Amino acid sequence: MTTYVLRRLVLMVPVAFLVTVGVFMLIHLTPGDPALIILGEDRSPQAIAQIHQELGLDKPLYVQYVIWIDNVVHGDWGRSITTHEPVAGAITERLPATIELGVVALIWSLLVAIPLGTIAAVRRGSVVDKLATGIAVAGVSVPNFFIGIVLIFVLSVSARLFPFGGYVPFFQDPWESLRHVALPAIALGTAGTAINMRFTRSSMIEVLGLDYIRTARAKGASWRRVVFIHALKNALIPVVTIVGLQIGGIIEGAVVTETVFTWPGVGRLAVESIFNRDYTVVQGVVLLAAFSYMVANLVVDLVYGWLDPRISYA
Amino acid sequence: MAFSHLLELENVHTELSLAEGTLRAVDGVSLTIDAGETLGIVGESGSGKSMTALSIMRLLPRSGRIVEGSIRFKDRVLSDLSEDEMEAIRGTEMAMIFQDPMTSLNPVYRTGWQVGEPLRIHRHVGSGEAIATATDLFRQVGIPDARSRVRHFPHMLSGGMRQRAMIAMGLSMSPSLLIADEPTTALDVTIQAQILDLLRRLNREYGTATILITHNLGVVAGMCDRVIVMYAGRIVEQGRTEDVFSHPEHPYTWSLLRSIPRLDAEPHEPLTPIEGSPPDMVHLPAGCKFQPRCPFAVARCSREEPSLLQVRDQLARCWVTQAGTELNG
Repeated sequence: MTTYVLRRLVLMVPVAFLVTVGVFMLIHLTPGDPALIILGEDRSPQAIAQIHQELGLDKPLYVQYVIWIDNVVHGDWGRSITTHEPVAGAITERLPATIELGVVALIWSLLVAIPLGTIAAVRRGSVVDKLATGIAVAGVSVPNFFIGIVLIFVLSVSARLFPFGGYVPFFQDPWESLRHVALPAIALGTAGTAINMRFTRSSMIEVLGLDYIRTARAKGASWRRVVFIHALKNALIPVVTIVGLQIGGIIEGAVVTETVFTWPGVGRLAVESIFNRDYTVVQGVVLLAAFSYMVANLVVDLVYGWLDPRISYA
Repeated sequence: MAFSHLLELENVHTELSLAEGTLRAVDGVSLTIDAGETLGIVGESGSGKSMTALSIMRLLPRSGRIVEGSIRFKDRVLSDLSEDEMEAIRGTEMAMIFQDPMTSLNPVYRTGWQVGEPLRIHRHVGSGEAIATATDLFRQVGIPDARSRVRHFPHMLSGGMRQRAMIAMGLSMSPSLLIADEPTTALDVTIQAQILDLLRRLNREYGTATILITHNLGVVAGMCDRVIVMYAGRIVEQGRTEDVFSHPEHPYTWSLLRSIPRLDAEPHEPLTPIEGSPPDMVHLPAGCKFQPRCPFAVARCSREEPSLLQVRDQLARCWVTQAGTELNG
């Protein structure tokens, strides 16, 4: 198991290399010279050349890359072009809000999707099944910013059940924190909920038709035991794959959701930085997103092994 | 003597609703089995033998339904029981083992856990005791190195060992009836013999009545006191194994016996396959269902369906033998 994790980490190196090259190149290929933004009105060629020299932009691209990657590895993610704050610091400051949003969104989506998908599978063709299918189609089709706006309007502005906007750190006041994160998390998690529900349903239907389910019935196991103990663990194996892929989607969706809910997370930082052409910050955020995705996939593979003993880590 | 049989099926009809239409998978089956007895049910795939077994266990697929007849087990009519009462019987008083040990065990739980599960469900024992019992059962069914095998997942065991584990699971609550549905079909020939030996030994030692469902007549000859031959959901012949094998009274049984390769046959002596193909269960022919494939058919066979009546030492559903003609050729 330990060797497996180590091997996976080693295998991540080439992926990480490609990711960093991609991030580095993307920014350099984007039109717009950061020197012009820093200088504003005073655009003498000398001043531009000086800025280029200060930022290392006059060096060949591969040298710039090596310098940049060396700094990144040592925790120096550069400074924001607009605020002159260290990028690493700006991201670390915003990260807890995004992590809380993402985790709550994921938990919410699984908490709804797995039971609903299971019930839909067990009682297929029933009212619950049809309702769940309808919700799923709607959940996938409606964009999350729209769900966000509707949630704000109905539950926050009209019903006043939830506060609108604002973030309270979880460890400062857990209850208030959850009240604040609820709406954005629901908005962010809904598309995933719908997909996870459909996957749980179809996977559950397939598993319930297998021979070992009949064996369990022949032992005198009740339906409840058959569904929750014998079938569910098997049915969740494909769902885990989908959840792994959704983690990327959550990072992506956080950009929109955080903007709609004025959530002070990394997603909004990314949006602000893109508008400001603050390319060092954009670089940092994209890099973080890519690495989160890689780590999430490793975690998913480890969960696989727990669910399915046929997968060996040897 | 009405309650003397362990299990008694009377005129059981089971229907399956499929996309092509509704079919009678089991059509008027009546049979009995007594404590300690071994009954063989033979027939081609689709003849209704597995559906008969699943009807007894009330484990029919979603599309299946018992539409007529009664199944009496000990002193209870199973169709009258609630699902909860039926669950209390399954695994305790009647157990079933299935054809394919590769797919009949849950891949994500340890075999010992699965074998001990009936005890946890029905006797509410703790997991330690369940595993200890599973280890004992593994030894009884001849799984070597039982203590470590109970900790293995199904995919780590060979097919023969998995079928032994299935048998151990079936026996965990000492049932009075064991239904084995093609228990050896998916196994290598040498392993088949071992599994049959095991079933025979357990039947002798524990007096467990056994219904052995198979398409292999050799298995029946070696194991069963009595045999039932099924065709198109019906019983076509029923009797003591030696009677049925020595002088079959239904042309289908007669053809089946002639289609078995024999070691004592003359070299190059051709096998005699049964002509035609198994019946289309949705559109069955009129009259005797075997008549289109029957070498002995007479005019009456395609008009009227015969009943299952006494012919010499056994029961047979055939106009020809009921009229006194002997099958030979």
